[in-house]
Order: sequence, then C-alpha cells, then structure tokens
Amino acid sequence: MLKLSYCDYEALRAHGEETYPHECCGAMLGLATPDGNQVRQIVRAGNTRTDRAHDRYNIAPEELVKIQRQARGLGLDIVGFYHSHPDHPAQWSKTDFDEAHWVGCSYLITAIEGGKAAITNSFLLTGTGEDDKQFIDEPVEIGMAPSENETAQEEGQA
Amino acid sequence: MNIHIPTPLRAYTGGQQTVNVPGATVGEALEQLTGAYPDLRQNLYTADGKLRSFVNIYLNDDDIRYLPAKEATTTEESDELTIIPSIAGGGRCCL
Repeated sequence: MLKLSYCDYEALRAHGEETYPHECCGAMLGLATPDGNQVRQIVRAGNTRTDRAHDRYNIAPEELVKIQRQARGLGLDIVGFYHSHPDHPAQWSKTDFDEAHWVGCSYLITAIEGGKAAITNSFLLTGTGEDDKQFIDEPVEIGMAPSENETAQEEGQA
Repeated sequence: MNIHIPTPLRAYTGGQQTVNVPGATVGEALEQLTGAYPDLRQNLYTADGKLRSFVNIYLNDDDIRYLPAKEATTTEESDELTIIPSIAGGGRCCL
C-alpha cells in the first residue's frame, strides 16, 4: 500500500492540471516500510520530453541526482514517482513499463480529463530486475497528517 | 570514495544506501563495488560489459558518459559517485 498525505495527493494532481495538455512528473520521497511505501514529501520535476510532452515524460538524470541528494539530506529515500496522462486512462502503458527500472518503487498515474484531475492509480514495480519486473495494482491510502512540505511551511510561518 | 546506491539496487548491497570503496578512477571504484557485491554487475552492465542504457552514473554532478576520459576519469576520496536509473514513460504506446 502506498501512503501519502492529502496535501501531497492534491498537490501532485494539481501539478497534472497545471501542465495539461502536457504530462507532469515528479518524485515521491519517503520511507519503504513493511506496510509499503510511505510518502513524506513530493518533489516536482521538469519534463524534458518537449518533443512530445503530451504523451511522454522524462526526468533529466541530473535532476534525479539532485532529488536523491535532497532525499538523503532529509533521511528519506526516493520511494516512487508520479506523472499524468492527459486525456488518457490512469493505467500504465507499455511505454511506462518499458521505461520503469525502479523496482520496489510506486508509480502513481493521474488521468487528466480536459484539464481536470480524474482518477489517480498507483502501481508497484515488483521483481528483481529487468527480466522479471512487473507492475501490480497498489492501494493508495490518503492520510490527513501533514506532510514534510506542510510542516516546513507551518514552521516558516511560526 | 562514496558510491550512492539507488533504492532498487540496495537489495544487492545488503540494504546499504552508500558504499565506500577505494579507487583511483571511476572504473576502479565501480570494479571494487561490483567485486564486493557481484549481483550488482548484471544490473549495471550488459552481458558484453557495457553500462546498461537506462543506468546513469554521475561523478559528483557529471554524467560519466560525457566526461572526456569516461570511466578512466581520475577520482579523489572526496568525490562521490551516484548510480541513478532513468525515469521516463508516457500515456500512449508506440505512436
């Protein structure tokens, strides 16, 4: 099960609405626990596939390096990624599968219909590597506890 | 030098997030890493020994593929290597 705060859930869906009709993308930082991946913070990333951003996304590896460094500094890991499917179902595509290499991570997909966020689904990439990897449907639990982002904002306001 | 291991490959490093290895070059450090953790090798390299296309290795902030000396680039103890698989995808297939 993937657990994330309501704030982060809404924020990643809003990201998909903002970039519509292009795909958005980002990383989810948190902890891998026996109960599943628990998200503590989401990080927006740029989509470098400007040639066909309406149906492709790619996060620049140098941005990933920085995100991983950020996670390490917070005592967190990259536990997943999110992206949007403009006017397309919230199901993984063959392209999503072929390009998925982070075994153990959650891949969250939000369908954006006419600019509005619709269904959000999560898929856990399981297996041991390229030869036996597979996506499995993963329940999403939306918590009301504040995320790291919200906590930092509140502390900044105090 | 420290080599940072991404989440999906930690199963092959005993769960370690960072591994410290000796090595005067990037290649030597990677050899030390895969020598200590042999199961990592097939996840990083193809059968003919080439770095897999979806695996990126950064020396500090530089992709080693684009360094003039590539894996022969010399390193210092304070340098950091980061292994980072690519992340990409998209809604429609094969259009």
